[in-house]
Amino acid sequence: MNAINQSGWKPEMQPAGEGAAPATHTGNRALMLGEPLIFEIGDSATTGVDLAEVPAGENRLAGLARTAPIGLPGLSEPETVRHYTRLSRQNYAIDLGLFPLGSCTMKHNPRLNEKVARLPGFADVHPLQPVDTVQGALAVINELAFWLIDLTGMHGVAMSPKAGAHGELCGILCIKAALEARGEHDRRVILVPESAHGTNPATAAFAGFKVEDIPATPEGRVDLGALKARLGPDVAGVMITNPNTCGLFERDMKAISDAVHAAGGYVYCDGANFNAIVGRVRPGDLGIDAMHINLHKTFSTPHGGGGPGSGPVVLSKALSPYGPLPFTERHADGHITLVEEETVGDRHPDSFGRMTAFHGQMGMFTRALAYILSHGADGLRQVAEDAVLNANYVLRSLADTLDAPFADSGPCMHEALFSDAGLAEGFSTLDIAKGLIDEGYHPMTVYFPLVVHGAMLVEPTETESKAALDQFIGAVKAVAARAKAGDASLKSAPHFAPRRRLDETLAARKPVLAWQEPAA
Amino acid sequence: MRYLPLTPSDREAMLATIGAASIDDLFADVPAEARLDGPIAGLPLHASELAVERHMLALARRNTVAGEVPFFLGCGAYRHHVPASVDHLIQRGEFLTAYTPYQPEIAQGTLQMLFEFQSQVARLFGMDVANASMYDGSTACWEAITMARRITRRGKAVLSGGLHPHYVSVARTMAKYTGDVLDTRLPSLAAEPDTDALIAAIDGETSCVVVQYPDILGRIGDLSALAEACRANKTLLIAVVTEPVALGAIRSPGEMGADIVVGEGQALGVGLQFGGPYVGLFACKQQYVRQMPGRLCGETVDAEGKRGFVLTLSTREQHIRREKATSNICTNSGLCALAFSIHMTLLGEKGLRGLAAINHQAACAAADRLATVPGVELVTPAFFNEFTLRLPQEARPVVRTLAERGVLAGVSLGRLYPGEAALERGLVVAVTETTTTGDVEALATALQEVLA
Amino acid sequence: MSRHYTQDHEWIEVAGDGATVGITAYAAGQLGDVVFVDVPDAGREVAKGDEAAVVESVKAASDVYAPVSGSITEGNAALADEPALVNSDPEGEGWFFKLRLTHPSELEGLMDKAAYKDFVATL
Repeated sequence: MNAINQSGWKPEMQPAGEGAAPATHTGNRALMLGEPLIFEIGDSATTGVDLAEVPAGENRLAGLARTAPIGLPGLSEPETVRHYTRLSRQNYAIDLGLFPLGSCTMKHNPRLNEKVARLPGFADVHPLQPVDTVQGALAVINELAFWLIDLTGMHGVAMSPKAGAHGELCGILCIKAALEARGEHDRRVILVPESAHGTNPATAAFAGFKVEDIPATPEGRVDLGALKARLGPDVAGVMITNPNTCGLFERDMKAISDAVHAAGGYVYCDGANFNAIVGRVRPGDLGIDAMHINLHKTFSTPHGGGGPGSGPVVLSKALSPYGPLPFTERHADGHITLVEEETVGDRHPDSFGRMTAFHGQMGMFTRALAYILSHGADGLRQVAEDAVLNANYVLRSLADTLDAPFADSGPCMHEALFSDAGLAEGFSTLDIAKGLIDEGYHPMTVYFPLVVHGAMLVEPTETESKAALDQFIGAVKAVAARAKAGDASLKSAPHFAPRRRLDETLAARKPVLAWQEPAA
Repeated sequence: MRYLPLTPSDREAMLATIGAASIDDLFADVPAEARLDGPIAGLPLHASELAVERHMLALARRNTVAGEVPFFLGCGAYRHHVPASVDHLIQRGEFLTAYTPYQPEIAQGTLQMLFEFQSQVARLFGMDVANASMYDGSTACWEAITMARRITRRGKAVLSGGLHPHYVSVARTMAKYTGDVLDTRLPSLAAEPDTDALIAAIDGETSCVVVQYPDILGRIGDLSALAEACRANKTLLIAVVTEPVALGAIRSPGEMGADIVVGEGQALGVGLQFGGPYVGLFACKQQYVRQMPGRLCGETVDAEGKRGFVLTLSTREQHIRREKATSNICTNSGLCALAFSIHMTLLGEKGLRGLAAINHQAACAAADRLATVPGVELVTPAFFNEFTLRLPQEARPVVRTLAERGVLAGVSLGRLYPGEAALERGLVVAVTETTTTGDVEALATALQEVLA
Repeated sequence: MSRHYTQDHEWIEVAGDGATVGITAYAAGQLGDVVFVDVPDAGREVAKGDEAAVVESVKAASDVYAPVSGSITEGNAALADEPALVNSDPEGEGWFFKLRLTHPSELEGLMDKAAYKDFVATL
């Protein structure tokens, strides 16, 4: 018999419970790799690019040639790739698992969209090229614009806003411009429900409006009576999120719009949650005057760790004349032109002006259009249905586990809201969130909306399978059980993440916002 | 549908768990008159990946690709070579499909990157601190003006004629509604920036002076005297940088006394993309940090004493301060900031300075060659990688004609300042490391023919 | 010397026509770790109810109102480096600002210590 396994290697298993994990020499734990800052591993003499010889010649820099060092570290290409790859592995992402961040809509990002956005015909085109050389780019904007108008049942759309909050600003400026055109300068108040996202009041204030809260009913919807009572000659309009941040459809939306219109105001709808109703309801049928659409939410452009977003704003017939520059105009022969400052007087005289340097988020338009074309009118309707189905499944499956304050208010839409009621003394929503991290999940949105104590807002999205939801529900039940039982180890969670709980007080008291060389 | 994993039997089982008879029950709160009973008529139905790709490719083909022709456009968006590893790294799912780092324990990758980005931007601009990005240069510029208003409690901003006209337009739009007063001026086809006029415009009501460096015509001028005049008046100097590569060759605005420096970061890592998404850069002196807009990443430690990073000073922001926030910005431009930061790391100080030198020398050579075309005159004696030519006739039709001949010649001032007769002969030409001598020759030859 | 309290959880200690203002231990406890305090500059005139200072914790920002009208004589500079004083000694070293009263009669509507204690008990 030949010698078997001459190397002497055999699989060895540590008997359960024996041997604590040792400290490692590097501080790394196998695939969990720490990574210093570029300032600690790079230096000013290293570069990861090969550049041509600098041609000789006098400079023409007006005596302003840089002499002092900048202090920028460089890394070789292999070191660069490794640095950022190691950093990436300290992030949770939708590619890794369910990401139930309520109102943020973390759904699968199809890679087809990335591919088309990188076609040189879109990626390598300058915004100021003569319009005859960018007819395809303008066609993308135009085509997406028509989809957005048709899906929302609105009259027009402003494509240039750079993100949701920028879109809110666009809509609010349209309202302001419309009021000024009517000579109504005394309408200075915008009404915003208490449950609104913080960008709503911030936007209205940024545009010079005074913000007043409107109360909610006990079932979590806008109090129509209170709203009506507040309407008057000083009210410019309302900003309402529908479906709202409690995950509920505003049943009275049409009545709200009618009342606001009757009182001379306009209705802004925060469309952050349009993904719940796309293809099932058209906001235009509810009397909305302006609504931004976060392309990164409803139409799945990637969130990128915090942008870039894109926030086109659909507009009613009443507000369309006031929309911002630039926009595209398609002619009978198929040629598309741009309406900018030059032609605004002829084509769009009431425009409130320009909000951003160029044409908006082209790279997001291509991705969103690819997503929309992939789904089509039928698929988009299915998107809303599955998003709502998944959220209701989570809501009902966890009804015995967590307090759901609006469970009796009817079905939820795309997100399910829970509170911290019923946890053991000293345990909070934060502990549930950190416990879920150890279970391999990104937590839900916590402490928002503000109208619910210790809010937990779960948005599973339509791109999760039933099996993935069942696993998640199981994890929430397990963590909630620990929080109800007062399991002390939950208070110090997460235990298994790249970092333990971080000291945010220290960060805010003594802000260190940029790298400084350590004192010698 | 390939992106939707639920099967019909899953849906049935889930409806049973919920206690609903059909999906329509879940939309019961939608008033009947607003309910759509089927897919919206007149719109296409779902399509395969192949079909969508074909459609998009057909649209893409209708554009003239900058990299396929002699190309000389700048004016706020610059074509540079982006190393392949940049696009590879930003497509890692852990960066691409992450959210804003609200849970720092599982977002250290994004947070550390942002800390590095902030540090790079602050150093490049010669400032103490930078934020985690804005939408783009134009919106960052307006945010800086409002920040100066909050700090100085004054309401008048003086804008240089050398500031990108779109940036001026954005400020004008916003100022209509906020009540800020803008003192604006047009550029002239002159050799020098309008520094003296700006100094003369400063008064006791002036919150800030906004100056672009290099400016819209490509000119560079020393900001020191302007900074001194601002300081003497308790006015803030805001410098706007639309071509960050320039700062590898010329002194930073911070070195010359700017208080706030904002910019467009597109030139590094991001690409042209027909105008967006781009990445706004925003930096200032330490003493103004609590008046900054946007997200800030800061260093701290975790419960075991390990260094880590978190979003900090959040009380400035809309989700806490609501109507009293410094800005309504929420999502910014994180992935573009990552691309900028990776490109900057690949370059390092050595690479940035080398790249800037190449750009400058190539632009000098191009300016000299183009000035030999009969009737063409170089307006700007000092510049970085972008300069202005005065043509013997209106530049805009010339640019269109050259485009028909397959040369993207630059940006005519007529496009940026329609109706301004004094500027209509101006052509702004940008030259980078991607421009070959053959490209310059093609432009010179075609220009000569068109002007003849 | 007399100390008064407001329903917005400020205390004001009066000596002659001068007064010192801060937030109560209850308020400091509700805020949690204070990370930043923006105090008014000397010379500023405030009317009763004006926003005079801002106090921030990591996740919250609160305005501090002038409990009475007056002219600010000093902001507590120590809070710039040591905002934690608001937590460690809210009704002493952690004071926010001093002012000279212009309408001393406004003190009449404020609570004394016992009344404030009863008020907090109802929250």
